[in-house]
Amino acid sequence: MLGKLTLSAIPYDNPIIMGAVAFSLLVAFGIAAAITYYGKWGYLWREWLTSVDHKKIGVMYIILALVMLLRGFADAIMMRAQQAFSFGASHGYLPAQHFDQIFTAHGTIMIFFMAMPFLVGLMNIVVPLQIGARDVAFPALNSISLWLTVVSAMLVMVSLGVGEFSQGGWTGYPPLTELHFSPGSGVDYWIWALQISGVGTTLTGLNFLITILKMRAPGMTPMKMPVFTWAALCTSILIVLAFPALTATLAMLTLDRYAGMHFFTNAMGGNMMLYTNLLWVWGHPEVYILIIPAFGVFSEVVATFSGKRLFGYKSMVYATMAIAFLSFTVWLHHFFTMGAGPDVNAFFGITTMIIAVPTGVKVFNWLFTMYKGRVRFNQAMYWTLGFIVTFVIGGVSGVLLAIPGADFVFHNSEFLIAHFHNMLIPGALFGYFAGYTYWFPKAFGFRLNEKWGKRAFWAWLTGFYVAFMPLYVLGFMGMPRRMYHYANPAWHPYLEVAAVGAAIVLLGIAFQVVQLIVSIKERHETRDLTGDPWDGRTLEWAIASPAPFYNFAHTPEIHDLDALTDMKERGTVYQRPAKYEDIHMPKNTGVGFIMGIFAFAFGFAMIWHIWWLAIASALATVASVIARATTEDVDYYVPASQVERMENRRYRQLDSTSVVQVEGPDDWEPAASA
Amino acid sequence: MIARKYVSSISKLLTLCAVTLLSGCHMALLDPKGPIGAQEKWLIILSFAVMMIVVIPVFLMAFYFPWKYRASNKNAEYKPKWSHSNKIEVVIWSVPALIIVVLSYVVWTSTHELSPFRPLASKQKPITIEAVALDWKWLFIYPDQHIATVNHIEFPTGVPVNFRITSDTVMTSFFIPRLGSQIYAMAGMQTEDHLQADEPGVYTGRNSQFSGRGFSSMDFKAVATSREQFQRWVARVKQTRTKLDLATLKRLEKPSEGDSASYYSDVVPHLFDRIIKKYMSADTNPKKTHA
Repeated sequence: MLGKLTLSAIPYDNPIIMGAVAFSLLVAFGIAAAITYYGKWGYLWREWLTSVDHKKIGVMYIILALVMLLRGFADAIMMRAQQAFSFGASHGYLPAQHFDQIFTAHGTIMIFFMAMPFLVGLMNIVVPLQIGARDVAFPALNSISLWLTVVSAMLVMVSLGVGEFSQGGWTGYPPLTELHFSPGSGVDYWIWALQISGVGTTLTGLNFLITILKMRAPGMTPMKMPVFTWAALCTSILIVLAFPALTATLAMLTLDRYAGMHFFTNAMGGNMMLYTNLLWVWGHPEVYILIIPAFGVFSEVVATFSGKRLFGYKSMVYATMAIAFLSFTVWLHHFFTMGAGPDVNAFFGITTMIIAVPTGVKVFNWLFTMYKGRVRFNQAMYWTLGFIVTFVIGGVSGVLLAIPGADFVFHNSEFLIAHFHNMLIPGALFGYFAGYTYWFPKAFGFRLNEKWGKRAFWAWLTGFYVAFMPLYVLGFMGMPRRMYHYANPAWHPYLEVAAVGAAIVLLGIAFQVVQLIVSIKERHETRDLTGDPWDGRTLEWAIASPAPFYNFAHTPEIHDLDALTDMKERGTVYQRPAKYEDIHMPKNTGVGFIMGIFAFAFGFAMIWHIWWLAIASALATVASVIARATTEDVDYYVPASQVERMENRRYRQLDSTSVVQVEGPDDWEPAASA
Repeated sequence: MIARKYVSSISKLLTLCAVTLLSGCHMALLDPKGPIGAQEKWLIILSFAVMMIVVIPVFLMAFYFPWKYRASNKNAEYKPKWSHSNKIEVVIWSVPALIIVVLSYVVWTSTHELSPFRPLASKQKPITIEAVALDWKWLFIYPDQHIATVNHIEFPTGVPVNFRITSDTVMTSFFIPRLGSQIYAMAGMQTEDHLQADEPGVYTGRNSQFSGRGFSSMDFKAVATSREQFQRWVARVKQTRTKLDLATLKRLEKPSEGDSASYYSDVVPHLFDRIIKKYMSADTNPKKTHA
């Protein structure tokens, strides 16, 4: 009836895990109780869980990302603590298997359930607004993507209390992850969490690819697209091309584990080198999927806060496209030490270094955007400047790792750990934080507190250096990654310093929590009445904050790359139209949420071999798709009178500010809506 | 003001790192004991130096531009529309590209010279050691001396050591940091590593590729000695009573952690090849072979 699932799957005897489970449940019950107390279940269902509004979906993605950031960081600080203590005679406070689960969970969570939801959330909030669209191309599909991602994260969380998580590292290299070496439920949790969220991500990629290609406002030719939208386009292309490779690789591993096949086993003709190649065929583009949107954020932020056009927009676009293309030609650099011949290794070493050229060009472009500008040191700009300096260091270590001869000694070492955190923390995460503070007013209508934001920045930046610079040194000392215990006394002081660094980062996270609370408290003082709090340059700042659910009352016409700056110069920005029209909008639907529940049941059933439930939930998922596909009642019209009411409220709000408004000409015709 | 605070805190950190990096003999990679490690050290230093051509100007600009063009500095020139310069574009594309061309040449030649499969050029007759990764220990076979050891090898200095490497378990990586290059060990396959120690000493070798529960303690001692001492050591190992036969191998294949060194006076012929072939025949079921 319940497959392999028995009560013994719950790790009662482990106080650390049970504490974490109790804490997670307490938080969940607390939230549920609060919702019940305030009678908000109906509101939550109607306005959020079933919403197809890209802005709300974006917000939910980012909430997921922030929650999972806390979980992933808890893992990080446990690892740092273990390595600071577990030296010589002391074996720390974690047994090896627990430590192995923690580093696997840390990598998996940070990449799939923190970084991915964060960047997809930003894309959701920003892209339709930047291109003047009503929503994404497939709003209901967007909701499905969200819920598939959420339930996958939930699967990872459930593995904490029921069964175990994978001990095979976030890359899950076989044969270690084959049934013979990992018979427990951990690898299966890892596989199904990645498979289900991978479907969601692939659908997101398709959705945004089509949205950006087909739904831009009239006049927005490709070379007038904002840089963030370009970044979102490149990332979507990468998702669509790379994620199927991950899906196929995991499917083969699944067949090995569930059907006794031998794709990657030691014997019977299996070959683990095939997995390693396939995984990184996805894995390297994935790095750029994470980082390109952050590059897009930095480009927007640096232009806005320098009060200047982005320097070298065209070369920025070409550089992004070049990086996206090259990201598919370098996967072998993740395993120079697997025994390929020198021709192959040298080829992939050189292609890897070539990526440094367009990346370097981007750095120069950001620098020359500040040159002869008027730089305002907003917190988003702090994240950007911190990124530029720190990222260059990561670039240097990256080129060193790209040289096979050097990689032969750096591979698998703490140097590698330092390198990729040096790329992903400043390169991706700082970018997401910059985007979070930059677009927060657009989503919620008020600004985030500057003082706490800057404190958080300093703690993160300092914490990053203190935590990861020692790891570079440890790499030179020959310390491998993933050690739960070590005997070399020379490593110990560096690991203690690194643990202090993690504590400083914790302070940064605490400051961000405080920032959010303080900002909500003082929201009436920091309300963004104009919709343009930063003197922005792109279209999303032309409408009210928070953005009305239909985005633009009239689809705008685009004449320039910096569409809003251009409108400001022409004096057409706050023009009142002569009349309003009905707006065609998608209806909310519960299909995404319901499919998410079925997908969760399917994943859980597959992990525990509960076959009846797996079949039932798979059928239910397919049935939901069919039910949705055969529904005609998917859209409605917002009456012009309601639009007018909402827009007039906005104009009254603008009246209270010093913004100059202009009356539109009487014969002003709205542009045809898409 | 803000920019200056930013400059000073970061530069302090960087100097601290640089000082720790350049000092001390604990840095295995900066204090190599053999020709491969030495070449790799210079490769790292050379590439690092070449990259500084771009990195130093970027650092300077990253601090100078935001400070000079801060909004409060009304004396600085402000050109809100200026966004293109052919001159700058040429420089920012071509200088990094040139550096990459130089480094590409370095990569191509060094990768060929440092290929772990390439035997070292030497007048000395190399010695061969076969290494087998087990859960979680290293088995070493000296095919010419007909001895075997666990977690301990000795070899003479100044003599190339040809390692033939495989795994009798999951994928691992054979690595002696002080001597240079690591290489993966995989079941059913043979990889090679050609190393040499120029100075006598006891160097730690280990598996650097995570391989499960006992990974942390999967290390071994690599002892470089004089030729005479090596001969004496071989003779001593030959005195031990235990032999490495198939039954002993079966016992070694059982997972264990933190094994101390052990020695075997004789080895079943072609044992290394038999371990590899075990995974190559069609009728091998990993469950059977590992049970």
